[in-house]
Amino acid sequence: MPLPSRPLRKYFAMALKRLNAVVVGAGAGGGVAAKELACAGFTVALLERGKWYTAFDCRKDDLRNQRTTALGCAFGPDDQRYRRVVLSRDGSPRIVLPSDGDYNNNAACVGGGTLSYGAMAWRFMENDFRMRSVYGSVAGSTLDDWPITYQDLEPYYEKAEWEIGVSGDDSTNIFKAPRRKQLPMPPLPPSLEHTTLEAAAKRLGLHPFSIPMLRNTVPFNGRGACMRCRWCVGFACEVDAKNGTHNTVIPKALATGNCDLRTDCVAKEILTDARGRVTGVAYFDADNRLQEQPADLVIVSASATESARLLLNSKSAMFPNGIGNQYDWVGRNLQGHAYTGAMGLMDFDIFDDLGPGASIAISDYNHGNPGLVGGAVLCNEFIRLPIHFAFMHPPDVPRWGAAHKEYMRNYYRRSVIVMGPIQEMPVFEARVQVDPTVKDFWGIPVARLSGARHPQDLVTAKYVAERAADWLREAGATKTWLRLPGPDLSGGQHQAGTCRMGNDPKTSVVDAHCQVHGIDNLFVVDASVHVTNGGFNPVLTILANAYRVSDFITRSWKPA
Amino acid sequence: MSWYKNLSRRQFIQLGAAAAAASGISCNTPFSSPWRFFALGEARTLASISDQLIPPDRDPGADWARVVNYIDIQLCGPFERWRTMYRKGLASVNRASRALHDRPFALLSSDQQFAMLRTMESGELSPDGWDGIHPSAFFELLLNHAMQGYYGDPRHGGNRDHASWKMVGLPYPQIRGRQHYESKTS
Repeated sequence: MPLPSRPLRKYFAMALKRLNAVVVGAGAGGGVAAKELACAGFTVALLERGKWYTAFDCRKDDLRNQRTTALGCAFGPDDQRYRRVVLSRDGSPRIVLPSDGDYNNNAACVGGGTLSYGAMAWRFMENDFRMRSVYGSVAGSTLDDWPITYQDLEPYYEKAEWEIGVSGDDSTNIFKAPRRKQLPMPPLPPSLEHTTLEAAAKRLGLHPFSIPMLRNTVPFNGRGACMRCRWCVGFACEVDAKNGTHNTVIPKALATGNCDLRTDCVAKEILTDARGRVTGVAYFDADNRLQEQPADLVIVSASATESARLLLNSKSAMFPNGIGNQYDWVGRNLQGHAYTGAMGLMDFDIFDDLGPGASIAISDYNHGNPGLVGGAVLCNEFIRLPIHFAFMHPPDVPRWGAAHKEYMRNYYRRSVIVMGPIQEMPVFEARVQVDPTVKDFWGIPVARLSGARHPQDLVTAKYVAERAADWLREAGATKTWLRLPGPDLSGGQHQAGTCRMGNDPKTSVVDAHCQVHGIDNLFVVDASVHVTNGGFNPVLTILANAYRVSDFITRSWKPA
Repeated sequence: MSWYKNLSRRQFIQLGAAAAAASGISCNTPFSSPWRFFALGEARTLASISDQLIPPDRDPGADWARVVNYIDIQLCGPFERWRTMYRKGLASVNRASRALHDRPFALLSSDQQFAMLRTMESGELSPDGWDGIHPSAFFELLLNHAMQGYYGDPRHGGNRDHASWKMVGLPYPQIRGRQHYESKTS
């Protein structure tokens, strides 16, 4: 049986014996859940549709990685076997491939997005968990409070910061929610861009600080420090200094002997009995054979799009519209982040080739913006490789020809970008469905994406982008222009919201313990459960919530 | 185990040739072309277009940096789905060029080439006689692929001698990390 050359082989003999738990998806949420359960003595099968990559798969290929997919997605999914359908605004369906932008891809591999992300490690703010209470209702949006508070999550944020490994220094961020313990690692020494922006922010009365990042800046957890190369976001780290679940919790889970990681395994559906309890997961193994893995409980963590698709594809007499979907909330409220900001040109070389690039942030515009709902953190951008910069020119520079080339030559080393993720207003009609006709390589109905961003997001984006431009001008930019998001559906790397957490089964999919309403042995632990997605990159919240849910499971379930 | 293992070498080669002929648009161009996908004339047209998009000045242009080579290689791999677009699109560019100036695109003056690409980009050029390809959609494809070939990693067949990276002032290779670079792309 061809298996990856990982320590899987010895476990495969027990493959289809009943286990305590199946975790679907070895990304941020699933990796943490598998480790916590395995360490508590549960027998776990961790299913992952992709492969296990390592630092040697970095390749520094600027045309084939997770951010620039001109020649394909380096860490999956592949263009050959995967499809999605996108409904245009006129309602016409379009088949898209993973390397197309509107597929809204997230990586398919062990570690999921955490293998190749930029690794910003944000705690959401207290108000991010009670948006409805703070701002009231927003027309056309299902904006609501989370059923949990920041205080419920705080101990688990801390656990994620110390177990996975976060560097940075947010002591000068006066807006942050209270933390009990400092970050385990200091920030990297500042680049010229960092010091320039820091001084400018202070002159403006803003409160700059070093971004918390899931990146080793000193040796930590048995791995070395960041070497500050240009190839960060979108790439696997060449020196394994970027911390994800693939190099922290998943190896720990395997070391217990209780966890069986099965790569190249594609979940088909969640199996249930006649009374509606979950009995296991049907999946296609690495040889494309259909397997059924019986288990006491199932934990879904396949990304907001794929978790919703799996639930919707799990139909039975008890659940004719998909499991957990009796009130038609599965797949609803798909949200990500509308990225907004500004770019500026300096009259001196500000590029000093010190990666990763993103290092300084302000949280001054996350909340309290006049007349607006929410906002965004603003950060300087990761290093732009030339292929990125070729599409980043001011409005008065043509897209091609001699003038474009002159711009490339003169300004590559003189640009600064400040960007931030707008906290999006959830929209009921922005959704994931399963397509009635299109199927993937294994014959499983594919996800169908439809809907658009809330108009309010674009208003907030404009305001925050103008603040970014102010910051750049103060930092010495001789020319600035806004980089604004469009109205199209949001998903992508920060996809969230499709299995909302809530106390009322009629307006949510899972309860406060992320247990699917009415089914005591089915959990969801990825960003699908996020009610709102913060004005921050969501990964630390996914990790923290997975720790919280795992804590609940290991305390309330006794392994058989 | 597989059926073709019983075939002789000659039969196998014949079979391969038949399969290539049957596939219609293939990556086995006639012997007269040194390219994998493009015919000689197509490559010449594409070279002229790419040199308008990224013209040579004190730094090399797209043609010298082997943008055509990049696209040619990718059309036999990840760009497979754009083959028809290129085949029909490049033929249509020449048809339109002949209709306007009585010459193929590569033989137009630089100003004429530039002007024609501008009308393709803006959508002013009529899509009549373009074989179902929209000129502006083809232009977007060309622009994206030319930028990739010129500013992307040389391992994919373009950016000869790291020309564009030298131009923007990027030291290469950056002497950090393990430096295990390969030419393979998978």
